[in-house]
Amino acid sequence: MATIFIPAQLRELTAGIEHLEMDVHNVRDVINQLEQRFPSIRDRLCQQDQISPSLQVSIDSVITSRGMIAKIQPDSEVHFIPAIAGG
Amino acid sequence: MATTPYRVIGTRPVRHDGADKVTGKAVYTADFKLPGLQAGFILRSPHPHAKILSIDTSAAEATAGVSAVVTGADFPNVKNKIAHLGEGSVNLAHLSANCMAKDKVLYKGHAVAAVSATNAHIAEEAAAKIIVEYEMLPSVTDIIEAMATDAPLLHADLFTDDLGLKADTASNVAVHLHFEKGDVATGFEQADVVVEAEFKTATVHQGYIEPHAIVADYNEDGRVRLWTSTQGSFTCRQQTAEILQIGVGDVLVTPCEIGGGFGGKIAVYLEPTAAILSKKSGRPVSIRMPRTDVFEATGPTPASFMRVKVGAKNDGTLLAGEAWIAYDAGAFPSGVIGPGCMCVFSCYDIEHAVVDGYDVCVNKPHTKAYRAPGATQVAFAMEQLMDELAEQLNICPLEIRMKNAVKEGSRRVDGPVYPQIGFVECLEALRDSDHWNSPLEGDNRGRGIAGGFWFGCGLKSSAACSVNADGTINLLEGSTDIGGSRASLAMQLAETLGIESSDINPMVGDTDSVGYTDVTGGSRVTFATGLAAYEAGRDLQSQMKVRAAELWECETSEVSIGDDGTFSGNGKTAGFKDLASQLFSGGAALVGRATVAPECPTNGFGAHIVDVEVDPDTGKVTILRYTVIQDAGKAIHPSYVEGQLQGGAVQGIGWALNEEYFFNDDDQMTNASFLDYRMPTMLDVPMIDTIIVETGNADHPYGVRGVGEPPIIPPPPAIGNAIYNATQTRMRELPMSPPKVWLAMQSSD
Amino acid sequence: MTTATKKIHVTTTVNGESVEFLCEPRNSLLEVLRDTLGLTGCKEGCNNGNCGACTVIINKRPVNSCLVLGVEAEGAEIETVEGIADARGLHPIQDCFLEGAALQCGICTPGFLVSAKALLEKKPGASEETIRFDLSGNLCRCTGYDKIVRAIQEADKQLSASTDDSKTND
Repeated sequence: MATIFIPAQLRELTAGIEHLEMDVHNVRDVINQLEQRFPSIRDRLCQQDQISPSLQVSIDSVITSRGMIAKIQPDSEVHFIPAIAGG
Repeated sequence: MATTPYRVIGTRPVRHDGADKVTGKAVYTADFKLPGLQAGFILRSPHPHAKILSIDTSAAEATAGVSAVVTGADFPNVKNKIAHLGEGSVNLAHLSANCMAKDKVLYKGHAVAAVSATNAHIAEEAAAKIIVEYEMLPSVTDIIEAMATDAPLLHADLFTDDLGLKADTASNVAVHLHFEKGDVATGFEQADVVVEAEFKTATVHQGYIEPHAIVADYNEDGRVRLWTSTQGSFTCRQQTAEILQIGVGDVLVTPCEIGGGFGGKIAVYLEPTAAILSKKSGRPVSIRMPRTDVFEATGPTPASFMRVKVGAKNDGTLLAGEAWIAYDAGAFPSGVIGPGCMCVFSCYDIEHAVVDGYDVCVNKPHTKAYRAPGATQVAFAMEQLMDELAEQLNICPLEIRMKNAVKEGSRRVDGPVYPQIGFVECLEALRDSDHWNSPLEGDNRGRGIAGGFWFGCGLKSSAACSVNADGTINLLEGSTDIGGSRASLAMQLAETLGIESSDINPMVGDTDSVGYTDVTGGSRVTFATGLAAYEAGRDLQSQMKVRAAELWECETSEVSIGDDGTFSGNGKTAGFKDLASQLFSGGAALVGRATVAPECPTNGFGAHIVDVEVDPDTGKVTILRYTVIQDAGKAIHPSYVEGQLQGGAVQGIGWALNEEYFFNDDDQMTNASFLDYRMPTMLDVPMIDTIIVETGNADHPYGVRGVGEPPIIPPPPAIGNAIYNATQTRMRELPMSPPKVWLAMQSSD
Repeated sequence: MTTATKKIHVTTTVNGESVEFLCEPRNSLLEVLRDTLGLTGCKEGCNNGNCGACTVIINKRPVNSCLVLGVEAEGAEIETVEGIADARGLHPIQDCFLEGAALQCGICTPGFLVSAKALLEKKPGASEETIRFDLSGNLCRCTGYDKIVRAIQEADKQLSASTDDSKTND
């Protein structure tokens, strides 16, 4: 089971749950399952059918560029973190 | 001497573009000319906040020699759409409005009209004849004042974004970020010592010596050709296409040599305006930005207001951290607050932490990245609090850092866990350095240290290598070269193929000729484009294996490549150049290619030591000695790694001691020149010693980490700590310029 | 054209060659060198004498060419970065900048080379302090100056060694 971390700003939607285990194969699975358990969380993480441009997804500390189709391994850790502006 | 498995990596060859740059032949944008080239000039707002009621351009248009006049009305309406620009993203409507104001100016220097003419003097004189009628609006430049509910509003349609949730009422706060790890209240309860303080830092500019410049040609076939000074030709192409509402394929960007960027040459400023002037005039148009405009209308990087609190046990173990951070976004929402929040505690393992961040619009130029964007401000706070904790606990400042330094497995406040990193190794190198072990003597002198972290990114890069008849290589790559990356990329390809760096002619391609490549930023070029060069070399080798098998009349599987790049098979051997020239005479030409998108951050850490002397009569701080220690993973060209560390440190010294935007009571910048915006000169700094730590990086074939950004982070807090060590005066505001240091010394007496 | 006036004819010497040009009274020497004579090696960084990127040597003195009017070049001897190397190859100061990696983006480099050449001709054996003082009018934002100072010191050594050699050969 992969571990999905809920951003602190969304924990009001998850009754304070900080992270949870999920059987998921890619980021889309994560979004779908989160939405099922915590309705309206999708709107906070996504715009249309994409991850919000102000966010990036970290899978095992690697920043994926593949959005919804990024693969997730059974022992992965998934975080939603702010997009970074570089210099 | 330690043995190295490398022949080319770690050596210091002369860079390929060197001769051009020491003879004046290198072509920067302002040096590039086309037949019939017109000169453009941009008219800018003298007011920090005003409605544009009308613009009368008739007198300018009637001026002899003027070929076109452009205002916001000539710019297509761009929707509120977020575009990914490689690293970071931008709201295109804001980007367009920043290039040319439509109905409102948001800062002094905001572009309101542009003129092209036969020369720059005529364009400037004609621009002065444009009559803009303004309705003045109240303005705000202070972050905290701008956050107040009754503050002048910059954008009536800006509602604070709380991770996807919009506020009900408009305000100047574009974004609120919040991070939590553990239980911070419990953490502080368990702490034996707690330190807390407020810190402020001033707006500073990237200060590249080459002003922005552009040559644009809106060709009769509908294509826009741009020759420009940019950190990313492909992101420049995309931004220009989006603002002009044309296809990216209709824009060709040729990157000229670039005279510095440091994060300030990623966004477009002049390109769309020059293109529209060119379209209206039917001529190619050049715009060279005056230095005043560079200060008033480009960059800078955010000022900040921060309140940070840290708690520790008696043995120095950090238990809890709390940070409240507000960054000035400038006229439009900025992205710098995110990494600021993520970096405030990024050097230390803290079990319980909470961070709140605010991106605040004010009537100043739209802020941009500047070398490790957002990390320097927060380090000024956190790294001084580390010293305050150390003092209260009577622990050595180095020891408290060693005790809490992040390592593999440490979790950041924003969640992710570090892979193998080198902060502890940097601190160990600091501990063992000659500088740290040399006593500092003399009155009014002090020593300080500080650490720093920047993520470093991968992103997209492309490279192709064409083989010449003599086995030399033409390497085409897409990363604009700001500081010697053609050399570091050629060296990696040379290492891969078993040839010399001088056997390779590296060239930065334009957007028509090379595969998509993201910006030169995020400390990524030597890492990611280096990976592309390596992979292109591997691609070439695998093609050559097949051809060698034909040549040597054996199976491909029988051909092997040695560590030195020598091909062997069927009892025959040949070095790369030998085989390449044999293959050239029969069969198709050989071209290796690669396109990569590594996704792993390269996690750069550094630690600095500084000795200062503070003049008690004037408050002037003199840097006596400076040492930069940084983990480079593996230094490809050590001289240019040292150069990055030295240059970054001196930028940090400028940020620490002198650089600042001054605004008058009318919120107009008053020091927009190199005379009054005081960057370090040669006389202001000593030699900058460097210690390159090499811990490798499993995500790169040669172990490269990005090095460009971290060295700007530690100087302000290291110098703050040194000033305290010298004077027992704690500086909580940047810059630590003579008047501020002197005043602080008086009040702490 | 409100302020355009009749152009003025100027005769001068640039990098050892006699040169004539026409310029408006308001044109700076920097504009003339870059736009009229095509010598784009000298750079415009600030156009008000604070960055040194446009440094040229006039009658043996390094000056900011943005602060000199084109008409003032009448009868002068001007040296620019384009004149530092000759048919024998790069000047030692150029070699030392390359060997010592004393440039990154390169935009300030021509100004530094010209200023350093003038300094070393006037004050061979200059101390680090003297180098830093004399070149404090040249801004570099990339290098932190360390490698520039070292390159100038190394060039100084090489130049004085070659001067010594030529003395011995005499």
